[in-house]
Amino acid sequence: MMRLLARLSPIVVLLAVWEGAALLHLVKPFLLPAPHVVAGRIWKDVISGQFEMNAALTLYRALIGFAMACLIGVPAGILIASDRFVRWFAEPLVSVGFPMPKIAFLPVFMLWFGVYDVSKIVMVCFAAVFAVVAAAEAGTRGVDKFMLWSARAMGAGRYQLFREVILPAAMPQFLTGMQIALPVSLITAVAAEMLMGGAGLGGAMLAAGNYADSPGVFSGIVQTSVVGLVAVAGMTALRRRLLRWHPEFNPR
Amino acid sequence: MATLLRYTPLLIVALLWELISRSGLVSQQMLPAFSDVLRTLVELAQSGDLLSNAVASLGRALLGFGLAVVLGGALGAAMALIPFVYRGIDPIVQIFYPLPKSALIPLVLVWFGLGDKSKMFLVFLGCLQPMILATFNGLRGVDTILGWSARSLGASRLEVVREVLFPAALPQLMTGLRTALAFMFLLMVSSELVIATNGLGYLIGSFGDQGSYREMFATILVVTGLGFAADRAFLAWSGHLLRWRP
Repeated sequence: MMRLLARLSPIVVLLAVWEGAALLHLVKPFLLPAPHVVAGRIWKDVISGQFEMNAALTLYRALIGFAMACLIGVPAGILIASDRFVRWFAEPLVSVGFPMPKIAFLPVFMLWFGVYDVSKIVMVCFAAVFAVVAAAEAGTRGVDKFMLWSARAMGAGRYQLFREVILPAAMPQFLTGMQIALPVSLITAVAAEMLMGGAGLGGAMLAAGNYADSPGVFSGIVQTSVVGLVAVAGMTALRRRLLRWHPEFNPR
Repeated sequence: MATLLRYTPLLIVALLWELISRSGLVSQQMLPAFSDVLRTLVELAQSGDLLSNAVASLGRALLGFGLAVVLGGALGAAMALIPFVYRGIDPIVQIFYPLPKSALIPLVLVWFGLGDKSKMFLVFLGCLQPMILATFNGLRGVDTILGWSARSLGASRLEVVREVLFPAALPQLMTGLRTALAFMFLLMVSSELVIATNGLGYLIGSFGDQGSYREMFATILVVTGLGFAADRAFLAWSGHLLRWRP
């Protein structure tokens, strides 16, 4: 307990300095609203249901896009790893797609899918899919050859090979890819909302920024972080649950 | 020749794009033909619009990136080498870790307005974290025995840092730099799409709003090419620097 407090003390100091600077009018409240003002604003948003609504909208867009990215990315990664022709075709595409700033395609998706949720969800999926593909490919390639050979020698078909050998053996890497893709999905959803509006956490922040409502901007940042933190913690818990059998969580 | 063969799939995709657009399956509005986009790209480049906006974007982004590399490296190193600094800074780094940096776009808008400073600061903040973490983890991961051996062989503290710690941490540092470079491009484009009066991201957004879709696609090609070229160049450089590794 004491150690936790000691660890947290720099944050407390930071908040105290910030509050003090605001109380003494060292900074304009417009540029840096005091912590208690921001906290009050967050509380108000929670009470009025504003926060819950925005968070639900953003999560809906982010999670659907994320699920699509996983459903496309994992099979694509396995295919790239296991088929030479597919690998030849996909490798340069992935190497171009991986470092590119995916958000630059948002106007294209707006053109193709309109200005509502579909384009945001497609944008999230496009931004998140590369990390899933890369991890799934690496995971599948890393599966022990002898396991594959043994399974094949014992008469496993393609589907069984996938279900009984590749999927469990490469699961940790698949999950790592998803753990990278989830925050990317959230960030992309928030950024798309900031660009296109349509409420959600990003839309609310953009509106606050445009009205020069700085407590709104700050509380939006905190709300977004909290939602991100909860989502990431959920993903970690899922990993723990799915990999119960794995040595990763059974240290001897 | 081998490179050509390697990148043939990109040509195939370009060809497919051209065919889909020319065949009339989708309207030329939705997907202008690849050849038209290339022609527009050349026109844009000749008019100088592309160059001046690219210079504006990259100038801001590289300044923010450079500042983050220097400051993040210094902070990460201080955290790894001085326990007091670690205790003071680590919790603050940890709470900002889950914060998506794009969420700071409205904040830098409020603080710095529409000009260059807002984007520079955003890129700086975004790149700072991977640099701090990479430097810290890199230096922390160095086998302490390496340092002790060098000391006992008569190396000074500075020599230990330069000859032992730095090379041993270099692989992690390079990974951090690559992440920061990707963040730089991402934040550069996304912030310019939201708040800017010039730059490549701004061009993409405003061409899209005007319905000049050929120009929009051409600019997206440029941004994609820049990101790819920067990443490849970085990989080549880091491979050269780390060629001593087994």
